[in-house]
Amino acid sequence: MDLRLEVSERGDWSVIEVGGEIDVATAPRLREQLIALVNDQRYRIVVGLEGVDFIDSTGLGVLISGLKRVRTHGGSFALVCTEPRILKVFEITGLLAVFNVCSSLEEAVAEDGGEGDEAP
Amino acid sequence: MTDVTAAAGDVVELELPARPEVVSVARLVIGALVAVDPLFDEERCADLRLAVSEACTNAIQAEMVGRGRDAVADPEAEPIVMRCVLADGQIEVAITDHGGGFDPSGLQEHPEVTSPDRLNYEGGLGIPLITMLADHLEFLPTADGTTVVMRFEPRTPGLRPIIGGAPGSAGSSTG
Repeated sequence: MDLRLEVSERGDWSVIEVGGEIDVATAPRLREQLIALVNDQRYRIVVGLEGVDFIDSTGLGVLISGLKRVRTHGGSFALVCTEPRILKVFEITGLLAVFNVCSSLEEAVAEDGGEGDEAP
Repeated sequence: MTDVTAAAGDVVELELPARPEVVSVARLVIGALVAVDPLFDEERCADLRLAVSEACTNAIQAEMVGRGRDAVADPEAEPIVMRCVLADGQIEVAITDHGGGFDPSGLQEHPEVTSPDRLNYEGGLGIPLITMLADHLEFLPTADGTTVVMRFEPRTPGLRPIIGGAPGSAGSSTG
């Protein structure tokens, strides 16, 4: 199964639109993309999951590591997701309380400082 | 694999090379099997695909750890086996690896998912996820690995966080 990654910029945010399935075979590419952005000193990152058909714990782990990397630099990390099947995976793992999950890209990039994204 | 029917008592057995790319094949197969059973709705079907993905990932990683990362390219590496039995209105999926065995009681404890320290751990969500999704979960040691047995009934379990959160939740973070 293929994973599609499209990176763009939206103001001072970097946006990764993800499509396809995020699992043990494909998650490494998303991880590399997140690392590349942080290495480029892009510390405000939105990951769009609207095109994602499937995510499992390997994919969640990559998003957790992305959040950690960005947070280390005082940045912001947001997800865009409205698909109930994908949201359910975040919900049952308790990760809805960890990530800033937005219902649109506009909502995500409107965040100033990444509400819900700061360590308590 | 082209003739997927789901009459009572059907058994489908699949050998898969222990490589990350085959996890999507396992999901495809279980999805096709479950989709023809009217007892399992779309959401329960998604639960099975997720649980199978987690179990296959664990099996493949066990083999990679057991044999070293080169096992991926090792033509002698033994396949993982996925056996699905549809009977009595439920589905049992058993996934067997040759990864040298695994002690579920020895799983590393992780901080609560909402704790900032939890960000130090990428892994550890797979087995709690299976526990949430399956009606029955068992780890059976084999001579050279583990068989994970999961049983699913055609209902959708209530949503509750694995770690912390709602009262009566699973409460602890194993795996």
